[in-house]
Amino acid sequence: MEKRFVYADNAATTRVRPEVLAKMLPYFTEHYGNPSSLYSIGRDSAVAIMQARKTVADCLNCDPNEIIFTSGGSESDNMAIFGMAKKRGRGHIITTKIEHHAVLHTVQALEKEGFEATYLDVDSDGIISLEQLENSIRDDTILITIMYANNEIGSIQPISEIGAIARRHKIPFHTDAVQAAGHLKIDVQAQNIDMLSLSAHKFGGPKGTGVLYVRRGINPKNFILGGAQERGKRAGTENVAGIVGTACALSMALAQVDTVSARVSAMRDRLIDGILGKIPYTRLNGGRKNRLPGNVNVSVEYIEGESLILMLDLNGVCASSGSACTTGSLDPSHVLLALGLSHEVAHGSLRLTINDENTDEDIDYILQVLPQVVDKLRAMSPVWENRPDNR
Amino acid sequence: MYSDKVMDHFSNPRNVGEIENADGVGQVGNAKCGDIMRMYIKVDNDIITDVKFKTFGCGAAVATSSMATELIKGKPISEALKLTNKAVIEALDGLPPVKVHCSVLAEEAIKAAIKDYYDKNGIAHDIEAPGCSCDSCCGSCEVH
Repeated sequence: MEKRFVYADNAATTRVRPEVLAKMLPYFTEHYGNPSSLYSIGRDSAVAIMQARKTVADCLNCDPNEIIFTSGGSESDNMAIFGMAKKRGRGHIITTKIEHHAVLHTVQALEKEGFEATYLDVDSDGIISLEQLENSIRDDTILITIMYANNEIGSIQPISEIGAIARRHKIPFHTDAVQAAGHLKIDVQAQNIDMLSLSAHKFGGPKGTGVLYVRRGINPKNFILGGAQERGKRAGTENVAGIVGTACALSMALAQVDTVSARVSAMRDRLIDGILGKIPYTRLNGGRKNRLPGNVNVSVEYIEGESLILMLDLNGVCASSGSACTTGSLDPSHVLLALGLSHEVAHGSLRLTINDENTDEDIDYILQVLPQVVDKLRAMSPVWENRPDNR
Repeated sequence: MYSDKVMDHFSNPRNVGEIENADGVGQVGNAKCGDIMRMYIKVDNDIITDVKFKTFGCGAAVATSSMATELIKGKPISEALKLTNKAVIEALDGLPPVKVHCSVLAEEAIKAAIKDYYDKNGIAHDIEAPGCSCDSCCGSCEVH
């Protein structure tokens, strides 16, 4: 088979849509005015931001004044969590064991400052228990922060049910929707979401730009102080082109979300079935149901994930892994460990994340290349001979 | 970021495999930590005439195994015992800091294979059973 380039790491980042780039470009060289300035090219920028804010608000079903543009998902998460903590001064936060580090490290930092935290477990499919959530709520719980969909295993949490519980107990509910936005329909009213983080580069928008939705009345404490931009909620001259690109990418993604989701899910399922069918000693991480359309995460036993990623790259396939070696630490992914995987199996994880830019030929190619790469690495592995059917 | 040399030794590893009736076999590391190296040596007249390895691990683990075998092949045992993880790193044009432990494993795997050869042949030696280079990860490495 002819070597091809297959980008299958869309949970890491995506290619900017050409239409999005075209919308952004004038704001670098033509409409470069500062939105805070009074003259006409400043006003042009201010109008562009106003329109973008309206577009994003429509996508999430909220009021434009509830949208704060930020530098991305991490800033939005930090702003929401630190902001609520600083507003309340003390108290208890409920989150999960499988959050992105932008949430996890923020909550851990607050614990060092005297806040308390509960980290909810997940089942073997990567989903929290609503019962455990409800039982964890205390009189001094100031925030529930639970991710919409997981970045590694694609598990989608029961957000509407979580929102209903939070609302019933009158506790603000933040969700890190970085992996969900643009891929799933979100309605912050219907789902009782009080704060929501998203990041443009996960759905065909530019890097370095994101959104924090904050329901009116929630008012997390300001995080970046300075000018009066974003109605005084987030200082700093606006990333006008980035904001325009965010809105354009989000509305484009949602315009065709149903058809794209059906097509991408079908490719995902073929990829999962192909890998599990063709390669012995593999297992799917996360459940089949409530899974992001583009997420495939498998453990390939008896080999190590980073080697797998490097060798796939030599064959033109971009993928990622939750192995310790790719996380920069010596421990494998906290998400895979929370699912109950052993360290050994977690080290051999492979994440392939596809989107509407991928084709059936890409899937065929991965299914052709991956078994060969796995065979090669297993032949080199001193633990492969220990497999049960070799004894 | 890996150097070109690391990528070369990862994508075309030298001396992969096993030696049947090897004179010495050494294995270090632990699957829990994500790295296991096994080295096989053939010894003739105190010279390491052949060496092969099998490795479960990251790119750096494979590359350091490959480079370490290259550095000791055809060398007297006394010289192989002097091989340091630093020499392996230098030969690979450097390793990222988090990967230094892989080079330590490679050094230890060679020592473990030579120790096995000495033990099998009743030759006195003062090679200590290699310690664990990755105790920061799980603290439970097994040495065989």
